[in-house]
Amino acid sequence: MTELNIFMQHNAIVDLIDGMSLVLKKRLTERQIEEPAVIGIHTGGGWVAKHVHRHLDCTDALGLLDISFYRDDFTRIGVNPQVKPSRIDFEVEGRDIILVDDVIQSGRTIRAAMNEIFDFGRPNSITLVCLIERGGRQIPVQPDVIGLRPPLQPNEHIRLNGPDPLSLEISRSRTPRASGNGQ
Amino acid sequence: MAGKRHQNFQLNEQGGLRHFLTIDGLSRELLTRILDTAESFAALPGRPVKKVPALRGRVITNLFFENSTRTRTTFELAAKRLSADVLNFNVSTSATSKGETLLDTLRNIEAMHSEMFVVRHNQSGAAHFIARHAAPGVSVINAGDGRHAHPTQAMLDMFTIRKHKGEFTPLRVAIVGDILHSRVARSQILALNTLGVTEVRVVGPHTLIPTDARAMGVHVYHDLDQGLRDVDVVIMLRLQRERMAGALLPSEEEYFRLYGLTNERLAVAKPDAIVMHPGPMNRGVEMESEVADGPRSVILQQVSYGIAVRMAVMSMCMQTYEAGGEGA
Repeated sequence: MTELNIFMQHNAIVDLIDGMSLVLKKRLTERQIEEPAVIGIHTGGGWVAKHVHRHLDCTDALGLLDISFYRDDFTRIGVNPQVKPSRIDFEVEGRDIILVDDVIQSGRTIRAAMNEIFDFGRPNSITLVCLIERGGRQIPVQPDVIGLRPPLQPNEHIRLNGPDPLSLEISRSRTPRASGNGQ
Repeated sequence: MAGKRHQNFQLNEQGGLRHFLTIDGLSRELLTRILDTAESFAALPGRPVKKVPALRGRVITNLFFENSTRTRTTFELAAKRLSADVLNFNVSTSATSKGETLLDTLRNIEAMHSEMFVVRHNQSGAAHFIARHAAPGVSVINAGDGRHAHPTQAMLDMFTIRKHKGEFTPLRVAIVGDILHSRVARSQILALNTLGVTEVRVVGPHTLIPTDARAMGVHVYHDLDQGLRDVDVVIMLRLQRERMAGALLPSEEEYFRLYGLTNERLAVAKPDAIVMHPGPMNRGVEMESEVADGPRSVILQQVSYGIAVRMAVMSMCMQTYEAGGEGA
């Protein structure tokens, strides 16, 4: 049985992303990165990335990645029925990339996303921005900028709904859920 | 409905694709999913690395009992772009007992741990036969069997139509030529009707249209001008020379005069109608060069979409199962 709990609504989430974007801008200035390009990971990461992209006022269009074909469990779970084409309309080679996702847990999604980015070209750097950071890392991947780090039990699962309005929802199951969706 | 699904031999327990043998019995939703999945692959040629790692380390075998360099090459390219390893077997059909040969060949290759077979054979039903005898976890894709089916060709044609026309529902589609001997036409008709087009027409001489054509859900025309009137899509089929030898047609010139596509004849179709051909094309027989190379022709795009669609089908069929049989 699962219980559902909306714990953050649209305006608060947008404020959170605004805050993250300020921290990110500071980070970019420190590293002397002047022309970053933003890539969001379908689906939730894309929604967050859209706000970040607006804040950074980038000249290039927002890139979107669907990592379905790069997942390490692809042959076990098969093709995602809602797979969408990945789209990066700018040259990745030599660029400073801002990679955005909604929730990071095991780190496998980010590993897959980085592999996919490298198939587009060799970036100069990747800065990782995650709206929600939760424990459960199975791979040594850590975000550079975090929105929120809610304390969650193993049997609690967090999800970003959207795109408009955005909401963050926590569900509780009887048994701890493994990071099945590859976060 | 669930019972019907289990009866459909091509599907696994979760209702996903395991084999891809025929359009027959597949739902509109599943066909649409194949097209949607192919979208992801259609964008690959624009990248420096035109591959995804999805099927890395898996072995796909092209089992071609009937020669076809073109089709085999596109399947090979599709498999390689999924990072799979490819084996090519061109098997002669001159062996004595075809049934034995098919199974023996199959077992030999299975022993090399190939998880997927792409099969082309001049006998209808060959791909089904192999699929029925395949070991658990092995998938079969039909690359054309006799006069029965060529489902991946039909799907790439559907993908091409969707790219240019968007929705299927309002479309009138004309398929012109040797419908009787065409496995491509059979699969196209099934796909078009499943995807819900307004009308499918077949156009050709009496000798080349099956007598039970109407049962396939098409309107039959023997006059090209009437058949093409107001259509959105024109699909020209290849005319095989054997048909002249078999006295089903007087001559190529006669065929071109009655059924060949020229710009003049195309004028009765809708102004934005597209022209397709599964290939290889006989210029001056099925159509004149001005049409083949003209602005309405999407023939070359069909070829590149063919790789994306085959990648979609292969990636959807290829799946291992955990011991418990759970998919996710």
